[in-house]
Amino acid sequence: MCGIAGLIHKAGSANIGSEMTAMLQALKHRGPDSTGFALYGSPGGDHIMRINLAEQADTLDSFDIHALIKQRHAGVDARLQEMGAKVNAQENATEYSLRYEVSYGGDLKRLIDYLEDIEGVEVMSCGHGLELIKDLGDAGVVSEQYKLNGFGGSHAIGHTRMATESDVDIRSAHPYWAYPFNDVSVVHNGQLTNYWTSRRELERQGNRFNSNCDSELIAVYIANRINKGDTLEEAMTRSIEELDGVFTYLVATSEALGMAKDVMAAKPMVLFESDDFIAMASEEVAIRSIFPHEIDTFDPYEGEVRVWQR
Amino acid sequence: MATVSSSHQSHEMGLHSEQLTDRTQQVFFNAEESANFTYAWLPEVDINKSADVDAADMDVKDVNIQIRELMEQGVGTINLHNPGSMHGLCVGILSRLQLNIHGSLGYFGCGLIDGPNVNISGRVGWSCAENMMAGTVVIEKNAGSTFGAAIRGGDLVCKGSVGSRTGIDQKGGTIIVGGKTGAFSGFMMQRGRMVILGDAGMNLGDSMYDGTIYVGGDIEGLGVDAVPAEMTELDIQWLTAKLALYGMKTPNGVENMQKIVAGKQLWNYDNLEPTEKKLVL
Repeated sequence: MCGIAGLIHKAGSANIGSEMTAMLQALKHRGPDSTGFALYGSPGGDHIMRINLAEQADTLDSFDIHALIKQRHAGVDARLQEMGAKVNAQENATEYSLRYEVSYGGDLKRLIDYLEDIEGVEVMSCGHGLELIKDLGDAGVVSEQYKLNGFGGSHAIGHTRMATESDVDIRSAHPYWAYPFNDVSVVHNGQLTNYWTSRRELERQGNRFNSNCDSELIAVYIANRINKGDTLEEAMTRSIEELDGVFTYLVATSEALGMAKDVMAAKPMVLFESDDFIAMASEEVAIRSIFPHEIDTFDPYEGEVRVWQR
Repeated sequence: MATVSSSHQSHEMGLHSEQLTDRTQQVFFNAEESANFTYAWLPEVDINKSADVDAADMDVKDVNIQIRELMEQGVGTINLHNPGSMHGLCVGILSRLQLNIHGSLGYFGCGLIDGPNVNISGRVGWSCAENMMAGTVVIEKNAGSTFGAAIRGGDLVCKGSVGSRTGIDQKGGTIIVGGKTGAFSGFMMQRGRMVILGDAGMNLGDSMYDGTIYVGGDIEGLGVDAVPAEMTELDIQWLTAKLALYGMKTPNGVENMQKIVAGKQLWNYDNLEPTEKKLVL
């Protein structure tokens, strides 16, 4: 079933970590398997990279995983240095999840490919404002684990996952980063029925996939279209025609938040829109979690694409 | 039980050639079943006796139980505060009750009801009043998709706009939408009337068997089997009276609304629904 949520403060910033945690916790019943956040903080000069070194499940049932994680961590540090990326800050959110702030003026795609060449290493996001966090458990658990409740920023998207098409693991959790583009992320509720044909087509064009989750296709598709010169809105509008299935998805970039709904409008979305703040979710109860008072909301229609700029 | 004759109208229409025997869709009630259309075990309520329920710190099950308990105490008017868009609120109310909801409901609000009059000051989520048998539900703001799915009777009114698949599988009653409705509204409609004062999305009335859809605005496209029909004086009288009940009107006048009906007749679709039978009785 899955639940998705998004919010954007059109001016200024707020505690989006707490806001998105509350929204996703309200959607817990739509997907208890994993929860993910794409949070957009204040963009700085550095690249922020969120890197995963192992699946959570591996740390519980594999004998040599702890030594492997240390090896992978050392490998990431060594390759960053080798590529000339200067590490200005580094944190371990969990044993297997790293956050780097790096200065790097070279080919970002090459750097990421080189890091992901280390077995078991996945770059979950890279950007100047985007921080992509996802793990197993509900929003409260993940938020506590990654200390998101004080996260300040301008906009965010999030996802609670009920696994239907692929495994219960971090790799298959949402959001997905639109590799290799800075600050582009996607969450999705639905099923894509032309996943394999579209994936093969995108792979032939040089795009990489990290999972077998159909939702990743949307992130790759959007990235591919942006790479070909489409604006975000153009890419999303095109996706309504070219992606087959039932879906509602959200895309965020450093300056915008967008939503798209398939022509059957089979997946829910409720919108609240004011002059300076927009919130949306699979169910109104998520919006209510940050707006306890009475508000006016509405459902977007079939085939509708909306983009809000900051 | 009626006997099915060896030849049938459906044979004349060329739809099939098999001979039906014994009990079929042709007979699904008889006049003696009228007693089944009331709920003898339900309490009598006094509409002048009222109570308030604050749902702020309650879960959905507790709210629904409290409504039931109040009705057992004879309370006939209930004011529900802070519903907080919870799902499945106010379902299964099977008798007369004046229910005033101050706020918004989530999914499946007021489903499976048979008789209450409900006013909702806010919005409703997907599948509001699903399977409603009788009564009225009036929503002041917008509604989600599958609004009034499979309703069999009563009036379901949204003064704002609604999502897609409004009145899917509608089997009776009246659905009124003050604004726009999305795609596939009236999908597989079988009975009743739908009144859309604004625009209607694509595939309106797709695969409808019967029933009537009136549209005041533009229609993006008709679905399979849905065809335009001529407005009659009876249509105009009915629309005028019905809309007046809820203080609603269409900018261009009811006489200029478009009327949509099913373009084909199903061979086994000629019996009254139980709720229609109830009215006849």
